[in-house]
Amino acid sequence: MTAVVSNNTFVGDLRIDLSVIQEWIAGGSRVLDLGCGDGTLLASLRDHKQVTGYGLEIDPEQITTCIARGLNVVEQNLDRGLANFADNSFDTVVMTQALQTLREPHRVLEEMLRVGKECIVTFPNFGHWRARWHLFFNGRMPVSDLLPYEWYDTPNIHFCTFRDFEVLCRELQITILQRQVVAEGPFSRFLKETRPNLFGETAIYHLTRR
Amino acid sequence: MADIHAPDSVGVVVPQTLQFDQPLQLACGRTLESYQLVVETYGTLNASKSNAVLICHALSGHHHAAGYHSAEDRKPGWWDAYIGPGKPIDTNRFFVVSLNNLGGCHGSTGPRSINPQTGKAWGKDFPMLRVRDWVHSQARLADRLGIEQWAAVIGGSLGGMQAMRWALEYPERVRHCVVMASAMKLSAQNIAFNETARQAIMSDPKFCDGDYLSHDTYPKEGLAVARMIGHITYLSDDGMGEKFGREIRSGSFAQGIEEPVEFQIQSYLRHQGDVFSDSFDANTYILMTQALDYFDLAREYDDDAVEAFSRAQCRFLVVSFTTDWRFSPQRSREIVDALVGASKQVSYAEVDTAYGHDAFLMPIERYYRLFQAFMQGIELS
Repeated sequence: MTAVVSNNTFVGDLRIDLSVIQEWIAGGSRVLDLGCGDGTLLASLRDHKQVTGYGLEIDPEQITTCIARGLNVVEQNLDRGLANFADNSFDTVVMTQALQTLREPHRVLEEMLRVGKECIVTFPNFGHWRARWHLFFNGRMPVSDLLPYEWYDTPNIHFCTFRDFEVLCRELQITILQRQVVAEGPFSRFLKETRPNLFGETAIYHLTRR
Repeated sequence: MADIHAPDSVGVVVPQTLQFDQPLQLACGRTLESYQLVVETYGTLNASKSNAVLICHALSGHHHAAGYHSAEDRKPGWWDAYIGPGKPIDTNRFFVVSLNNLGGCHGSTGPRSINPQTGKAWGKDFPMLRVRDWVHSQARLADRLGIEQWAAVIGGSLGGMQAMRWALEYPERVRHCVVMASAMKLSAQNIAFNETARQAIMSDPKFCDGDYLSHDTYPKEGLAVARMIGHITYLSDDGMGEKFGREIRSGSFAQGIEEPVEFQIQSYLRHQGDVFSDSFDANTYILMTQALDYFDLAREYDDDAVEAFSRAQCRFLVVSFTTDWRFSPQRSREIVDALVGASKQVSYAEVDTAYGHDAFLMPIERYYRLFQAFMQGIELS
């Protein structure tokens, strides 16, 4: 179930994690992208897989960029929920690198699986060895390239490890269809085959309610 | 300072009056045998006629949306901030059509016009109009100008209602629809404000039951109060506070002096009412506010907005403004939700501003840039 790829690798002009997501999404499907940023994923899905859909975003600059790219982008704060979207109204609901910024990630996850038949989630691994090293030896919250914020001033308010996330999925009776783990450097890439929770930097989960 | 030679101004523009002799069947059941529309255009219609943009005006708007009527003109048209060379509605790319709607009082056939059957001004007998009547008359205007399909139909507030109705009544004739600070229907509070404004007009003794023209008089005071009520609802509490606060224009609070105090906001509002009532018609005001009240996008679609929008074929841009309490962001979100429910192409932005409902008329950087990005994405053949 687990495969390992590098975070900074690009497939064409698409970051590797987005490229993995693109592979998982069926051509011509209807997608909702939560926290769509500048619309890179949606534009690629539109151009390469005839996907239709909408991005939700709250950053004004990013919204303008999406509009300039001809994408459908809706200004909506994910913390306000997805109540305005009907059950099963999308084939896939995607959320990349936003889970840890949400006030109630578990609720949003459930909402994603109400609105979408499937969902894809990516998030940074707080169990990565460098984060553990930082906390263990410095006794301070990790600040790194991956997690560049001080604890008091960070959008990332709900960190978890891969293992934490999978426990949550079990509790919420969510089925994990696929998982890919992204990491950097040949050393980590090799080691995370066996110890993803220690060496994986980003996880990409493909989930469903079945 | 007005600059008619500014590179981003359309400069001096000349309105034209177009006569229509084909009877127009109205939603109220009556028919307008013939009518005139006053129109301004900016930019040039391209050979394929694919670059035409229709501007739909709001309650008190008119055809003069951009540029100046003469070199001495002090103020440009009402949407000059957004229409001109290089602006979001770029007249280097688009052929922009702006009209005064039927029932208006700026030259198009309305209550002040002569009723050919009686030889006298229509006055209160002018037919009641609905948003769809304006849309149908605008479609006739498009026919006259040789425009088969609009690149975009754009409007704020009541203008946004026309833009949405266009997308449902003539889906094949609209490629893009831009709806700002609007709603699919008014709330009870909104109707209440309109009713208070109408009552202010009607209770002016000079209103003469709407027949003031034949009595050679005019309910100026009532119309001014109506405008003052409206104006309050177009601004936000914060915006008013920032602009006026409790600043005093005259008088004193000193003890021992009996002198009434006039706040700046009082004088400002009275000035607004005064200027407006000099240039507007009371029956038009009543007619326009009624069209607002009656508008309900989905009424004829079993009150199902998703069903209504399923007819539309165009791409939508919906914009709301955070401090707009007359047409709050929630009203715009309802539009967006219905469009998403109908699987239509739509983008939505909620612009942070203190300008309230009037924000859609104001130069606001974020609004300007996203509007521009949307308009630049419109392909012309």
